[in-house]
Amino acid sequence: MPVPETTRSLSRPPFRNYQFDMVYDEMFSAPGVPRPHYEALFQTLLDLPPEELRKSQQAADLSFLHQGITFTVYGNDEGTERVFPNDLLPRIIPNSEWRKIENGLTQRIAALNLFLEDIYHQGRILADGIVPRELVYSCRHFRREMRGLAVPRGIYVSICGTDLVRLPDGSFAVLEDNLRVPSGVSYMLANRKVLKRVFPTLFHDYGVCPVDHYAQALLATLRALCPPSSTSRHEPTVVLLTPGVFNSAYFEHTFLAQQMGIELVEGRDLLVHDNVVYMRTTSGLRRVDVIYRRVDDDFLDPLSFRRASSLGVPGLFSAYRAGNVVLANAIGTGVADDKAIYAYVPAIIRYYLGEDPILPNVQTYLLSDKSQRDFVLEHIDELVVKAVGESGGYGMLIGPHSTREQQDEFRQKIEAEPRNYIAQPTLGLSRAPCFLEGEVQARHVDLRPYILYGENVTLVPGGLTRVALRQGSLVVNSSQGGGSKDTWVLRA
Amino acid sequence: MNMNQRRETTMLSRVAESLYWMSRYLERAEHTARLLDVDLQLRLDQSPQNGSGRWLRLLEACQVPAPEGGTIDAETLTHILTLDRENSSSILSCVAAARENLRQVREQCSTEMWEQLNRLYLQVNGTTSSEAWLLHSYVFFRAVQEGAHLFQGVTDSTMSHGEGWQYIQLGRFVERTDALARLIGTHFSHLPYPTDQAVESEEYLEWVGLLKSCAAFEAYCKAYTAELRPMRVAEFLLLNPEFPHSVRFSVERVHEALDAIGELTDRKAEQPVRLAGRMQATLSFSQIEEILASGSIAYVDSIRWQCSQAHEAIHHIYFDYPVESALVA
Repeated sequence: MPVPETTRSLSRPPFRNYQFDMVYDEMFSAPGVPRPHYEALFQTLLDLPPEELRKSQQAADLSFLHQGITFTVYGNDEGTERVFPNDLLPRIIPNSEWRKIENGLTQRIAALNLFLEDIYHQGRILADGIVPRELVYSCRHFRREMRGLAVPRGIYVSICGTDLVRLPDGSFAVLEDNLRVPSGVSYMLANRKVLKRVFPTLFHDYGVCPVDHYAQALLATLRALCPPSSTSRHEPTVVLLTPGVFNSAYFEHTFLAQQMGIELVEGRDLLVHDNVVYMRTTSGLRRVDVIYRRVDDDFLDPLSFRRASSLGVPGLFSAYRAGNVVLANAIGTGVADDKAIYAYVPAIIRYYLGEDPILPNVQTYLLSDKSQRDFVLEHIDELVVKAVGESGGYGMLIGPHSTREQQDEFRQKIEAEPRNYIAQPTLGLSRAPCFLEGEVQARHVDLRPYILYGENVTLVPGGLTRVALRQGSLVVNSSQGGGSKDTWVLRA
Repeated sequence: MNMNQRRETTMLSRVAESLYWMSRYLERAEHTARLLDVDLQLRLDQSPQNGSGRWLRLLEACQVPAPEGGTIDAETLTHILTLDRENSSSILSCVAAARENLRQVREQCSTEMWEQLNRLYLQVNGTTSSEAWLLHSYVFFRAVQEGAHLFQGVTDSTMSHGEGWQYIQLGRFVERTDALARLIGTHFSHLPYPTDQAVESEEYLEWVGLLKSCAAFEAYCKAYTAELRPMRVAEFLLLNPEFPHSVRFSVERVHEALDAIGELTDRKAEQPVRLAGRMQATLSFSQIEEILASGSIAYVDSIRWQCSQAHEAIHHIYFDYPVESALVA
């Protein structure tokens, strides 16, 4: 007589230590009962000897090492490069869920661009009192220099990576927007390449939407930003500006430049003459029209921003002001991903588009508000506190996992500079199966899809699923011990 | 856009320079590995006291200053030249520098090239001193040489033979010309005047060593039979137009690469092409008797000098030029 499905599967080796609790599980709807779109993967895992998977994992790790898919760990002498951990088991998203994500993010990037254009021009939303004026002007990433400056097509953010989380009820919510220089897209493409090799049949049978056209879409987006006057002169010259080989995302910069077939330049390769940007080539100087810059605002131009910067190009900002070169993303976009402004994004969407947000925000307490601040100081051990201008998992307190000293330290910080912090409830991020130590274990994940905005808005179906590899950890950032896995968006 | 229209070629000066140096460093690593490989085999055939002198010469040929006291043992020598990170021309340092240069221009080379060089680096970096010295020295030196050859093959068959490839050629053969001239010079200055007589015993091994250090022993035998006459060895290594590790062959490749680069960048009449052309002409019309009569050491020194002149000129024309001279309308 057959044993019931549940007990049979979960007592079998690969799933023996699979953890369930209140949070949403990507694979199972109940212990031992896979969701329909995970059924085939589940069966494969039951049938496949763990040894086989372990071998595939080793082969994948080696292939990452040989390809040099690494990120840089700062402050370490010998092995400054480390392989970005990749997990073999795909995260699967049904098409209907993806449609909603796609619509939600399209709506969001449209509204955020309108917001940026507004605050750097008339400031209607400030005059109407929807977003407090002092909140915008006190933001560290607000660039006064951008006031009144028109950008091509009115697009400030053309490359965006938005972090989504899945809440215990199964719905997606936006955790944060990355509107400055979002990274990670190369890992999405590299993970896909590896998974196609490891699970060819499974991949094919699942009917997964392709992501390989990302580079082409990115190039088309960048070209679309080039003003018509320079297009008539010749095909626009697009370059990717990198801080250089010591930047943690250097692999990604080279990868994208290569995939797009454009030059990868450093600050020292460019110069500005008569408000025109040139690159130094073996056959003389060549004019540059569009710069996909992976350098932060602060370091772009030592004449206009941080003076000591050697990464930038002196005079770049005046060439930009003169309209002789396009920067993507524009300067000053960081104001819209400030974590305090984030709390207003639903209002921003309603204000400009007259629509309700398709993807909700996570509840956020603004600490400049007295009553909200008092509540947070009271409940700091239950909440997550974040510095508004930081990213990459830095400057953050996770209440339930913190010590009393850390909590006191953040209390003081908050009282000293309330504008600089926000608080959110500690989220039960959803968990997905990962192949760790020879078995399948559940780990917290998030999802970062990449949104492009040029001629129109484009999302490649998928994104980077980041994994908190340490058991129980909620932090998925690569700098904090996170890894990633491939994301399969299904065709139907 | 017209489909047949070729995109305007653009090569960043920094990229060109990185490709050039990457190639030079890798050639240097291969050269050093070959010298050590040959030395290791010679060591077996010779009396132990003979070693130290040759090792000092080896250091000289690799441009590493001799240690204090003027003596050295084989193990120290091997360490300095293979895995010593302090020595910028050790095999490890060269392979690491080649990789670092390529890493900075990864998007310019094919994925296969990067993977091959990265693999070579990981292999060299993962070798311990004792492995390179005793247990697997033969395997280690072979691996470096084969790794470099493989990289060259992968480069030739996966990368467009455009401007970037030409800088790789250029770097390889500028380095080779210089290294060959230096090696031949060191040998000539430590051995009796090369005659047209067959040599014997101890001296025989030295000349075989020189040929093998240039990967030239078999090719020499094909051209002149196995009878070793120093004058013929000199002629073969300096003037043979067909053998890839002769000075003349290398200089011709330098000239070709510079010619092609001049064509691609529209800078035909520039200094580097002229210098390489002159060097090539000198080698094409020289005769070994004349060279030996007028001083073989002076001759190889002048080749090295011209080579460094060409290097300087390449640097100032293509890599680092004043802005005023280069504004394109």
